[in-house]
Amino acid sequence: MSHYPEGKPLQDFIAARRRRGRVSLLVFQSATLISILVLGALLFNIINQSFGYAAVSYRITPATLVEPGMALEELPEDALIAILQQHVSTGVLRRLESEKPLATRSQQELYALVVERVLDPTTQKTWTLYDTLFNRKAILAERDASYPDAYLEFRSWLNPRFLTSPQSNKPDLAGVRPAILGSLMTILITIAFAFPVGISAAIYLEEYAEENFFNRAIQTNIANLSGVPSIIYGLLGLAIFVRVLNPLTSGAAFGLADPATANGRTILSAGLTLGLLILPLIIINAQEAIRAVPSSIRQASYGIGATQWQTIWHHVLPQAMPGILTGTILAVSRAIGETAPLVVVGASTFVALDPSGPFSRFTALPMQIYQWTARPQDVYRNLAAAAILTLLLMLLSLNATAILLRNRYRRRI
Amino acid sequence: MAIKVALNAQVFLEDSPSPMDVPDAIVQRPGLRRKKRWGEDLIRVFLLLSGTLSIFTTLGIVYELGKEALLFFRSPEVSLLEFFTSQEWQPTIGKFGVLPLLTSTVITSTLAILVALPLGLAVAIYLSEYASTQARSILKPVLEVLAGIPTIVYGYFALTFVTPILRSLLGRDVVQIYNMASAGLVMGILLLPLIASLSEDALYAVPRSLREAAFGLGATRLETALKVVVPAAMSGLVAATILAISRAVGETMIVAIAAGSGPAFTFNPFHSAETITGHMVRISGGDISYDSMDYNSLFALGLLLFFVTLGLNLISQRIVRRFREVYE
Repeated sequence: MSHYPEGKPLQDFIAARRRRGRVSLLVFQSATLISILVLGALLFNIINQSFGYAAVSYRITPATLVEPGMALEELPEDALIAILQQHVSTGVLRRLESEKPLATRSQQELYALVVERVLDPTTQKTWTLYDTLFNRKAILAERDASYPDAYLEFRSWLNPRFLTSPQSNKPDLAGVRPAILGSLMTILITIAFAFPVGISAAIYLEEYAEENFFNRAIQTNIANLSGVPSIIYGLLGLAIFVRVLNPLTSGAAFGLADPATANGRTILSAGLTLGLLILPLIIINAQEAIRAVPSSIRQASYGIGATQWQTIWHHVLPQAMPGILTGTILAVSRAIGETAPLVVVGASTFVALDPSGPFSRFTALPMQIYQWTARPQDVYRNLAAAAILTLLLMLLSLNATAILLRNRYRRRI
Repeated sequence: MAIKVALNAQVFLEDSPSPMDVPDAIVQRPGLRRKKRWGEDLIRVFLLLSGTLSIFTTLGIVYELGKEALLFFRSPEVSLLEFFTSQEWQPTIGKFGVLPLLTSTVITSTLAILVALPLGLAVAIYLSEYASTQARSILKPVLEVLAGIPTIVYGYFALTFVTPILRSLLGRDVVQIYNMASAGLVMGILLLPLIASLSEDALYAVPRSLREAAFGLGATRLETALKVVVPAAMSGLVAATILAISRAVGETMIVAIAAGSGPAFTFNPFHSAETITGHMVRISGGDISYDSMDYNSLFALGLLLFFVTLGLNLISQRIVRRFREVYE
């Protein structure tokens, strides 16, 4: 007891400990704040790059085509056709006419054609949203000094034209339609493969498997597979689906192969590869959902004479479904954003045509983002940001669906 | 009432025949015998096959990676010794030394852990020991959102946000456009939610009684957290860290975008150097032809990566199992 401080030293000691506590609470709070700020910075950066001024020069300026006070995009069809006939060479006009007669095209199609063939915009320089809002003077000065012929326009890089146009050599005309379709078709195949197989495996492990070496091996194996880097799955897909199963995945075995490529680097291969990638996640989540179903429900079902499968199908699965669906959708949203396996399996970087089916070559939204990000010019950064926004919106709607589905099922039970 | 039931049961027991002498008529009634149900058996087989698919996936990975890697090491241009000791990876002139790829993988992963571990642990301690229910309900979704963002988006963030900041802070001649530092920092942010949520689970699982005992002895909140709760959850925290290292080693798109292309044997984090995964993405982009040197080296690198990450994952699992403190 003699060593125990008393009086003032004791008070100082306690005060020091309290101070240390307060300081470290501050440290913990700021760490938390940092993670929130980082998320903010990430979103800010993407939005910052998706909107803003662009200095655009035209081959033929829009103002010379219409009377003052009129907007080009509001002109009626015949006026747009007149502009086309006036400014496009007869050869090109004839080709366009044979693709689809001009008179039958809609106003939007004609306007897009006028932009592409007559105006022919080229973006010289782009500015971020932040600069656009707060440094307007500097932008105007820079435009006047460096790009005197260019028009300053406010651009939303994410726009309807961007979503509905195919990839193009010209950044001003490029869009993500084939990439979105490619992503959606890949994901459909992924779900069609991984959802039934994953749930079956989970049912087997939870409801049928006895405690023995073989089943323990499966369980450990699934845990390990969920930690394998995604690029390794890409290699597996390349070796198995693209190469060994080439006749099946290229569609040659069914006589459906895309004559242009006819190799296994198809949507089907990519979908199956991503399916293998998310299978462990689906299984682990579904297992948890099935395990959470109280065993009294099973006992009651057996008690009235149901077989094991009847019990599972009519009682266990419906109860576990909300959990299974949530887990699956989380896994699927991971698959949508995966890029590395697609690169390795051989998604094409430049595809201007929509994918025609499971056996066609394709690109996907993350691939498109990767390709644009890798380019040095500023304008591709803006395109990549718009594509990222598209991807994030897709993920957001997917997660919203998960919540809706979960609520719907919960009410029914 | 109870007595009556007991009496009835007694009567029932005495009346009912023991299982030994069930009348033959009942046994032979077909409805009561255990029926063979082919449909159920078929379903069972299908479920079993689905379960074994995961084993085949692993076998497929090991077999394919091993086969192509063997072709790679058998080829006259490569020797195993050179693979692990040479400081040059130049496939065009037949130099295959994995060290430059390995060092940049180690550097980016180390940076990532240096960012993610302190931040992630601090967030976990805050969430588990300090935060009110309301704060938790806001913070956990933020972490989930961070964890759900595709890595390609982090790559974009590294290249278009972090790299310019680094370059303006430290000077354009110090920091290259593509550099390991920005890739590593952003990878740390990617790992932050992983470490935070796994650690938080481990901390949260420590029973309340331990905390209350510490408070009862007069410990402050900080002392309780650092000297009682964290040691009790140590196995979970270490396992989370190892899992994060394994994620960092296998992470691909961030380094492929931000760390630069072209292997370089350098220890300067502000220089550009390709990691194992970055190199794999670059050479497999485009139509890589089968059985070429590039194709085989892809699988050899994949095998190395697979064993490193698998080893780390196994260690993490073992730590959880071996060193877990079990409380009543």
